[in-house]
Amino acid sequence: MKQKENTQGFSVSRWWAIVRKEFIQLKRDRPTFGMIVGIPIMQMFLFGYAINTDPKHLPTAVISADQSSFTRSFITAVKNTEYFKFEDKVRDEHSAKEALITGTVQFVITIPVDFTRKLLRGEHPELLVEADATDPVAVGNAVGAVEGLAGSVVQRDFSGAVPAFPASSPAPYTVVLHKLYNPEGITSYNIIPGLMGIILTMTLVMMTAVAVTRERERGTMENLLAMPAKPFEVISGKLVPYIFIGLIQSAIIIMAAEFLFHVPFLGSLTVLFVTILLFIAGNLTVGITLSSFARNQMQAMQMTQFYFLPSMMLSGFLFPFKGMPVWAQTIGSFVPLTYFMRLVRGIMLKGSGWTELWPNIWPLLLFNVVVLTIGIKFYRKTLD
Amino acid sequence: MNSDLAIDVRGLNKHFGDKHVVRDVSLQVARGEIFGFLGPNGSGKTTSIRMMCGLLTPDSGAGTCLGYDIITQSEQIKRHAGYMTQRFSMWEDLTIRENLDFVARMYEMPDRRQCVDQTLKQLGLEDRASQLASSLSGGWKQRMALAACMLHEPELLLLDEPTAGVDPKARRDFWEELHQLAAKGISVLVSTHYMDEAERCHKLAYIFNGQLIAQGTAEEVIESQHISTFAIYGGDLAALSRELKGKPGVDQTIAFGDALHVSGEDGEALKTTLSGIEQNSSYKVQPINTNLEDVFIHLVSTRTEQGEKENA
Repeated sequence: MKQKENTQGFSVSRWWAIVRKEFIQLKRDRPTFGMIVGIPIMQMFLFGYAINTDPKHLPTAVISADQSSFTRSFITAVKNTEYFKFEDKVRDEHSAKEALITGTVQFVITIPVDFTRKLLRGEHPELLVEADATDPVAVGNAVGAVEGLAGSVVQRDFSGAVPAFPASSPAPYTVVLHKLYNPEGITSYNIIPGLMGIILTMTLVMMTAVAVTRERERGTMENLLAMPAKPFEVISGKLVPYIFIGLIQSAIIIMAAEFLFHVPFLGSLTVLFVTILLFIAGNLTVGITLSSFARNQMQAMQMTQFYFLPSMMLSGFLFPFKGMPVWAQTIGSFVPLTYFMRLVRGIMLKGSGWTELWPNIWPLLLFNVVVLTIGIKFYRKTLD
Repeated sequence: MNSDLAIDVRGLNKHFGDKHVVRDVSLQVARGEIFGFLGPNGSGKTTSIRMMCGLLTPDSGAGTCLGYDIITQSEQIKRHAGYMTQRFSMWEDLTIRENLDFVARMYEMPDRRQCVDQTLKQLGLEDRASQLASSLSGGWKQRMALAACMLHEPELLLLDEPTAGVDPKARRDFWEELHQLAAKGISVLVSTHYMDEAERCHKLAYIFNGQLIAQGTAEEVIESQHISTFAIYGGDLAALSRELKGKPGVDQTIAFGDALHVSGEDGEALKTTLSGIEQNSSYKVQPINTNLEDVFIHLVSTRTEQGEKENA
């Protein structure tokens, strides 16, 4: 026997043989190759235009430095617009700032000291609304509603005391809006980073699912298994090229974000790429797991769609996450894209670091571990 | 375990869902022997072969392949046996060289390049080495697949219908090669549908509905069934075939070109029936040696009848 007798353990040379083979096959597969580059570019142009929505019940913190019956009635009126949902836990300025960064609230409304007094004197006091404007769609209508309140609330509460306010007069106070993170409310700032998650999900899950089912469908898997290759070598070897593809796609999008759409990049590129790798890993394990259940390439594609649709709809890409009904948010919170979406927007638009990102990192890690476990379990079964 | 045996399996069983695909299959293949594995489609040939080389785990039964346990030592079996799948299972989007190179890498051959070059040379495919495997014709694909599963110099070849859909000349060359390999001491288990190929094997086993129903050399298999066969020439053989059905001693009639082979287990009754026919017509009846095909068709039809009776 000329061959080595080592039958135990992982063989790097076998693994490398599989990696090489995948790269050669990928190189010859023109349509797939076109898809890798074509999909990100096409999607970016399609989604460059905004999808308009009117989200309601957005989480809001209210910091009131002026306790009066008027401010209470004002807050109730704000609540009645249905655009806001008050988070009672956030009470001071510091925790409000933090909540805004982590995304637990989308708005912070600050009522300054002496607001009522100034209002009665007709001094047009200022009401501060700070908004997480990374998603401009969510902010616009809500702010409009606060401004519109002025007339009606004041009219009702002060109809006797302040006869100087006729119903038609302009608001007796000024709403000062601080749009944070995306001050101009440019939709592409929000869409483009999110698109990275969409594209990675769509192409990577599909390509890995198809790559493995293709071997099975064409009968070459039987050949692979008849050779001394170990399942782990086969699977991990097959995945390597797709990690590269994911990174290439991400680079294309980041460059387009920078040079075409001029999306601000406040965070660290390293942090972004570590996050991207984590997300790529998640998608590849989903693809492998789907391939264990699919009998042929067609089924693998269909399953990918089945996974992809809720990811796109419920992750906060198309519609603001906090604006969705609770059941949709619950489903959305099982989708890795939801967390990736927040992470990318956080890194690019808010300049978040690891501490702020952690609440969205661990669900991603957990997801990877769970799906990998399922994938390995079922992959072993399909050998028989 | 007997070290003269390349394959020694006993009582193999395999179910897929509630289908019992392989029932109590036991067979022994000696080293340097070409062992023919015959049976109709879906009779369990492929499943049996997969169990022998460690690709499938049997539900029950045990055995060795090249002295390695088929259940616990499939890794070693994979290294020392070459398995050629029924369907062409090389990568069609890789070139011929890339395919062979990949296989050599999988077996961690130390002198890979030389080994691939040599194989290409033996195949006569040096000029076409950079063509995609998909560009090869059926016969060439077969040869390449055989070369690929021979690359790591296995002691045992498991070939699953290697000549299906290959033209006669290529088939004959292929068998020439098998006999040369066997002469070098390599054992071969080959499944086939072709009777001429079956006759070229040292030993045979016939599997039907997952069960081995005959085993031995071609002569042994034929003799074990005690069938008498007559060839009838002349006249309207199709009409005669219909007429003979159900007559005493007639178990089966098979048309062979200008002759009709009539076989039966009860030789005397058959002889009487046929001499009656010969007297009153222009037909010419001749006793002949029963061949493998007569035997296998007989085996299958009697088994099928039995099965129908059991089910009824």
